[in-house]
Amino acid sequence: MKLESSLRARRDDGAKLLVPYVTGGLGADWLDVVRAVCDAGADAVEIGIPFSDPVMDGPTIQEASSRALADGATPAGIVADAAKLDVDVPLAVMTYYNPVHHAGHERFASSLADAGIDAAIVPDLPVDELDAWAAAADAVDVETVLLASPLTPDDRLAVICERSRGFVYGVSLLGVTGARTEVAAAALEMGRRLKAVTDRPALIGLGISTGEQAVEAAAVADGVIVGSALIALLLDGGGPEAAGSFVCQLREALDA
Amino acid sequence: MAKTARGATVQLGAPGVEPEGLGRFGEFGGRFVPETLVPALIELEDAFRTAWTSDDFRAEYARLLTDYAGRPTPVTECRRLSDRLGVRVLLKREDLTHTGSHKINNVLGQALLTQRMGKHRVIAETGAGQHGVATATAAALFGLDCTVFMGAVDVERQALNVWRMRLLGAEVIPVSSGSATLKDAINDALRDWVATVEDTHYCIGSVVGPHPYPWMVRELQRVVGDEAREQSRVLLDGNDPDVVVACVGGGSNAMGTFAGFLDTKARLVGVEAAGHGLESGRHGASITRGVPGVLHGARSLYLQSEDGQILEAHSISAGLDYPGVGPEHAALAADKRAEYHSATDDEALAGFQLLAGTEGIVPALEPAHAIGWLAREAGHAVPAGSTVLVTLSGRGDKDAAQVAERLGADLG
Repeated sequence: MKLESSLRARRDDGAKLLVPYVTGGLGADWLDVVRAVCDAGADAVEIGIPFSDPVMDGPTIQEASSRALADGATPAGIVADAAKLDVDVPLAVMTYYNPVHHAGHERFASSLADAGIDAAIVPDLPVDELDAWAAAADAVDVETVLLASPLTPDDRLAVICERSRGFVYGVSLLGVTGARTEVAAAALEMGRRLKAVTDRPALIGLGISTGEQAVEAAAVADGVIVGSALIALLLDGGGPEAAGSFVCQLREALDA
Repeated sequence: MAKTARGATVQLGAPGVEPEGLGRFGEFGGRFVPETLVPALIELEDAFRTAWTSDDFRAEYARLLTDYAGRPTPVTECRRLSDRLGVRVLLKREDLTHTGSHKINNVLGQALLTQRMGKHRVIAETGAGQHGVATATAAALFGLDCTVFMGAVDVERQALNVWRMRLLGAEVIPVSSGSATLKDAINDALRDWVATVEDTHYCIGSVVGPHPYPWMVRELQRVVGDEAREQSRVLLDGNDPDVVVACVGGGSNAMGTFAGFLDTKARLVGVEAAGHGLESGRHGASITRGVPGVLHGARSLYLQSEDGQILEAHSISAGLDYPGVGPEHAALAADKRAEYHSATDDEALAGFQLLAGTEGIVPALEPAHAIGWLAREAGHAVPAGSTVLVTLSGRGDKDAAQVAERLGADLG
């Protein structure tokens, strides 16, 4: 199953897309957390590969990454564990570039393909530096999701939408990951700009933490990515059940 | 040209060669950053390229280097140290600049550029505090807001510099994530920048980071090497030194020095921090022991675990306590145009005391590694009778208390 075809089909059925983020290796039951969010109505799941220096992440995901690393999480281990998931929605890994570079492009791409992971999101690999990784990923049908920022000029936005696979990740604001109290005006503008330039699924991420915010952002795009709010629940001691119930609320809000 | 009360204004050498493509030095360099930062880096690259070839920018920068920073700095012939080591030692005296290290050369250029780009705030990372103090100084001079990120561990061991930065009007933010040292201070500076990039310039302190930083900072530091080459020729009857030595953390004083000697026959030697010894795993020798990777925007050599996590560096000197190195150094090492060696904490301490005792010059712990390496290798890797230029990147006042404690002195 491929991420983009699956998301397009859901969108064309009239659904708003919901993609939760789960830090791989956060807690011994993290695979059950992924299963729970799938059962609760996720359209795809982003699995974070913990990295020592997550410069795009705020305190919540930094903390999750530190805990997972302290518990012995490794990129290869996360990917091998994810291969055990028999969920019926596509999976993407979200990883900083160094672990990919360190493993080697071909090796990392085939490890994803072998594990049944459909896509990769690499936030510090902008479109200008994409070629070497994209060649390896394309060769094994791993889709590479690119990010667009509120500061990306129009001509560059068109290139990013053209080169992105799976969906286009519209960054909702200037800043790092983390829950915010309201949806930034930039998020709405981002959604409008993406929809104007591409037919590819356009999702908004960063700072979306409640059903209300998800609905607001999804109104101008095809859906949302929710990370820190879910991870905060897990850091506070919540498990698969709490995660599932949170994602269920988001699903119901988006479907209402 | 503007009037100066200091005699002749610094003469800048010709601009150096730009890296190829998207900031490539051989297979190293590049621009591996979140999309939000790309437009700002393109703006910065264009602004620096324009400024660096414009007469009025260069004249203003040269004026600041002259009557604010106190350049040119001298090259000092070290007679007693030379007698001791059996090689002829010349010191390029960056310790004599305003704020006491070569860092001022870079920040004055970047502050001028910040003003030209119409931004009103600068942020910086700092390890020992030298770059933080230099940035806070330039921010005060230019009337810019300034925030400095500093590892919580370093805030504690460099309390005086924290106070100096605050005196200069900067906000100092202790960083407690990760290892709470320089690498983590850069992470938090980047996190701030992603949120504030529209009105804020990130004043990176070394030849690290995404394009255009490694190139721009090398160009803003090349005045060290350009001056030293001319001064050495005066002292050495028209000849270049046989060996040119500088310490390497991120590598800005070394890159600025080497830039002046790349087209000479001088051997170029970078000295990394060997910490407790290369075999101990507690060191900062990222060229000697690192592997290719991507961190803080550039492909270079980094200390990493088997699965690509970045390791903590260790050095007695906070300025060398970084698990990576500038990409141009990685390329010079790969091309064998420069050689990279290392000195331990103990060798640096020996160098610190040796220079103080023979020449009356107390070096910062960073260049004390270069002195320590030379003391070890004089008569060996550096043949007796060689002429050696060492860049003394900063003065040791900031380290005096730490060294005193380490050597068991009772300060009461």
